[in-house]
Amino acid sequence: MSHEATLHTSHDAHGHHDHHEHHQSFISKYIFSMDHKMIAKQFLITGMIWAVLGGLMSVFFRLQLGYPDTSFPWLEDILGKWAKGGHITPEAYYALVTTHGTVLVFFVLTAGLSGTFANFLIPLQIGARDMASPFMNMLSYWFFFLAGVVMLSSMFVETGPFSGGWTAYPPLSALGSASPGSKTGMDLWIVAMALFVVSSLLGGLNYIATVLNMRTKGMSMTRLPLTVWALFFTAVLGVLSFPVLFSGFILLIFDRNFGTSFYLSDIFVNGVGALPNEGGSAILFQHLFWFLGHPEVYIILLPAMGMVSEILSTNSRKPIFGYMAMVGSMFAIAVLAFLVWAHHMFVTGLNPFLGSIFVLLTLLIAVPSAIKVFNWLTTLWKGNIRFTPAMLFAIGFVSLFISGGLTGIWLGNSSIDIHLHDTYFVIAHFHIVMGVASMFGMFAGIYHWFPKMYGRQMNNTLGYIHFWVTMAGAYLIFWPMHYEGLAGMPRRYYDYSIWESFKQFEGLNRFISIVVIIVFMVQLLFLLNFFYSIIKGRKLTKQNPWESNTLEWTAPIHPGHGNWPGEIPEVYRWAYDYGKDGKEFIPQNVPIGDDESHH
Amino acid sequence: MTMYLTLAVILLVFVVIFQIAKASEYVAVLKGEEQNRKQTNKINGFLMVAFLVLGLIGVWYCNKLYFSKTLLSIDAASIQGEKVDLMIWWTLGVTGVTFIATQIMLFVLAFKYQEKENRKVYFFAHSTFLEVLWTSVPAIVLTGLIVFGLKNWAFFTSEAPKDAIQIEVTGKQFGWIFRYPGKDATFGKKYFKVIDPASNSLGLIWKDSADLNLKDDPFSHDDIVTEGTMYVVKGKPCKLIIGSRDVIHDVGLSQFRLKMDAVPGIPTTMWFTPKYTTEEMKTITGNPNFQYEISCDQMCGNGHYSMKGVIVVVSQEEYNAWLAKQKPYYFSAFPEKAPAEKAADATITATATTAVIADSAAKK
Ligand code: HEM
Ligand SMILES: [Cu+2]
Ligand SMILES: [Cu+2]
Repeated sequence: MSHEATLHTSHDAHGHHDHHEHHQSFISKYIFSMDHKMIAKQFLITGMIWAVLGGLMSVFFRLQLGYPDTSFPWLEDILGKWAKGGHITPEAYYALVTTHGTVLVFFVLTAGLSGTFANFLIPLQIGARDMASPFMNMLSYWFFFLAGVVMLSSMFVETGPFSGGWTAYPPLSALGSASPGSKTGMDLWIVAMALFVVSSLLGGLNYIATVLNMRTKGMSMTRLPLTVWALFFTAVLGVLSFPVLFSGFILLIFDRNFGTSFYLSDIFVNGVGALPNEGGSAILFQHLFWFLGHPEVYIILLPAMGMVSEILSTNSRKPIFGYMAMVGSMFAIAVLAFLVWAHHMFVTGLNPFLGSIFVLLTLLIAVPSAIKVFNWLTTLWKGNIRFTPAMLFAIGFVSLFISGGLTGIWLGNSSIDIHLHDTYFVIAHFHIVMGVASMFGMFAGIYHWFPKMYGRQMNNTLGYIHFWVTMAGAYLIFWPMHYEGLAGMPRRYYDYSIWESFKQFEGLNRFISIVVIIVFMVQLLFLLNFFYSIIKGRKLTKQNPWESNTLEWTAPIHPGHGNWPGEIPEVYRWAYDYGKDGKEFIPQNVPIGDDESHH
Repeated sequence: MTMYLTLAVILLVFVVIFQIAKASEYVAVLKGEEQNRKQTNKINGFLMVAFLVLGLIGVWYCNKLYFSKTLLSIDAASIQGEKVDLMIWWTLGVTGVTFIATQIMLFVLAFKYQEKENRKVYFFAHSTFLEVLWTSVPAIVLTGLIVFGLKNWAFFTSEAPKDAIQIEVTGKQFGWIFRYPGKDATFGKKYFKVIDPASNSLGLIWKDSADLNLKDDPFSHDDIVTEGTMYVVKGKPCKLIIGSRDVIHDVGLSQFRLKMDAVPGIPTTMWFTPKYTTEEMKTITGNPNFQYEISCDQMCGNGHYSMKGVIVVVSQEEYNAWLAKQKPYYFSAFPEKAPAEKAADATITATATTAVIADSAAKK
């Protein structure tokens, strides 16, 4: 609170706020900025760069899966020794798959998503001048940036980047002798991830503190927009689970470098001989990893859910259905997220009774998920829907969340997972429900809040093309993978030609790879639209282009540092008075009228 | 060259799309925002239904193309697998109905309630009845699936029957080693520090070692070790004791619908009863090259994709004949201890077998 006060006085002292902006140097405005809006943009653009790199990696490894027998000489030109003779090597394939997973899960869908929207939306939507600690906020970005630099540098070490899968299970990840990628590449991978964890914690603590302490007058918790609720739960999940991952990594570092045996026991490595380690448990790491890993998938999904709720309601011109149920189900998901991690470990030799408990708790998560879906559907019902590009992506999100959530019910039952674990069925499940769905949430958010970020509009036609191609492409890529999984086709295979049971899918794999390339191209079109519109997009003429109720649209088109030039608006109502008493919309800062009805 | 050409074409397509999009924006500005929104709403509303219809046709078509390639189209090859398949069918029923119903609702609602001039939206923020309804119905259905699933899970993870054939399966980068306990029906002890890839791939303890504080374990002398291929008997339960020599692997048996990790230092187990011999499966699947493959299903290094094993399911007689031909691993390390053999025929096998019997009898 005191911080808010200082900002107030500094503003008063300067008289006009814009004037204050002029004194900032380029470095303090664009690089070491402490303005939450600028930090959000830094996260967004860094995230986009990683998304392009991570996406490009998937194009490369899909080329191998789609065309295992074809040589592409130009690949060797680009990738050098990774593509000797125009074929991606197994080492390169696994390095690409691993880095793709790590980068998309952590750098794009965690930092890129939460970092962007928690930073941008929390202060603007709760009516705060900035984050609780702008300095920590800046640090959070720079730790993320450093993590990226280290991760990138691991691509260039002699023995190659880490190649044991994004889940980094030891002993493979612990033993340089078992895989070249587990040598220096893995050291850098761990360092990058450790920096990343620090970044997440700094960010998360800040988001929590800001939501709890810095809401404007009248903004009670039950009046918060669902976006803020979602970002709040996300931050709580991250703060509670990332430290566990961190400790898992610390033990891994000890095993790798200091001769301990936390995860190692009874190992004989070809060409090296028996290792001295005895008494460790390789499974311990999996517990620590998935104790973060499962909450992590909700860290990725919840911000998307929040933004989708907001966008669906705004563009249906109708209140979100069951606001309290939406908050309650997010709370339930957040709690349950900590109690289901071992569903990734049903076939590790886990005690079967423990497995049963995890089946029960896992399938329980489907209940709050179902509530959310039905509430979204009811929000559309009898609305007056405007198909903005953001709205299309929000609808797409719901469709994907349904499709991927339902296959979770298959995998959550251990007696089905015992067949489908680590097959393409799992790949289909989590790409649809997490990868693509959450990406759709991010796109929806970008299209929706772009005018607030840059004071300009993105091109709608390009937005529509982007949506429809990506939507169709997502299903064309991932739907058929369920069939491959039902045939037992294992994930993380470089080549299927020696397998009588799996080589029958060669044609399908090629089809999928072609769609991947097309979808990737269309994402470039989106980027073109994004960057072009920053510079040359139509200037925003209306302060509130979507006729939305939330507070960010009461700030000027180009809000300065401090967000509102005068007083922070006071809040009198929830964010969802759309279509109330025949009124199109009633922003949160409009006092309750005498003749207004109750709902 | 073709690469540059392709790039040029792609670039051209980009520029064209971009120009069209820009032009349409100018038109939109000229026409006025309201007018333009009406038009794009119509187009997108139509695309919503189109997507739904084409999508459902696509689902049907995908199924038509690929259902026969999934394992669901043929009988599971183990009694455990039958239960997995049944679970899948039930779950598919429940989730399939939900999938179709909710997707139809989503796209049809989006189409139906696209913006129209005089439509009054229904200010509908809350309904306890509806919310309780869609909390309780999924909860009840899921309870059914959980009960059903846990019953099967208890069966899959139960103790193997007493008469099960016991086989030890060990993963290593990148292949499988199998061990049968031999005539004494007891696996000899092993210790990873005496592994020698050339002569003692599992580290059987068949020598005293003062350094390592090990004592020769006679039970190991008749253990049979094979690599790559494993034999089991149709209709007879088979218990796998699974381990790993280096990193984590996974014994994936897709035709039997089962899998279990191979973890260094922590043995795991799994049992199943095969229903069809390999030969029978060739007719059932119509594939003369059919094999029961063991796929490694846990990322284990750069050769992960090639870590293949084969299970041959045979009748009891064939199994006995095969087993009789196997020589204890001990003799390949200590040829001098092997009983003298001259020619390759049944008498030899008989001698070998008697030797084994005599050997194990001597221990008792
Ligand atoms: C109805 C709710 C859900 C259930 C019951 C469920 C269940 C499961 C289970 C049992 C697995 C393990 C499969 C295996 O490895 O054999 C799994 C994997 C996964 N799920 Fe879900 N899931 C649900 C929803 C979600 C959501 C909402 C997300 C993300 C936002 C998600 C993300 C993932 C990811 C990333 C993996 C795979 C990680 C990996 O092995 O690389 N799931 N899910
Ligand atoms: Cu999970
Ligand atoms: Cu493997």
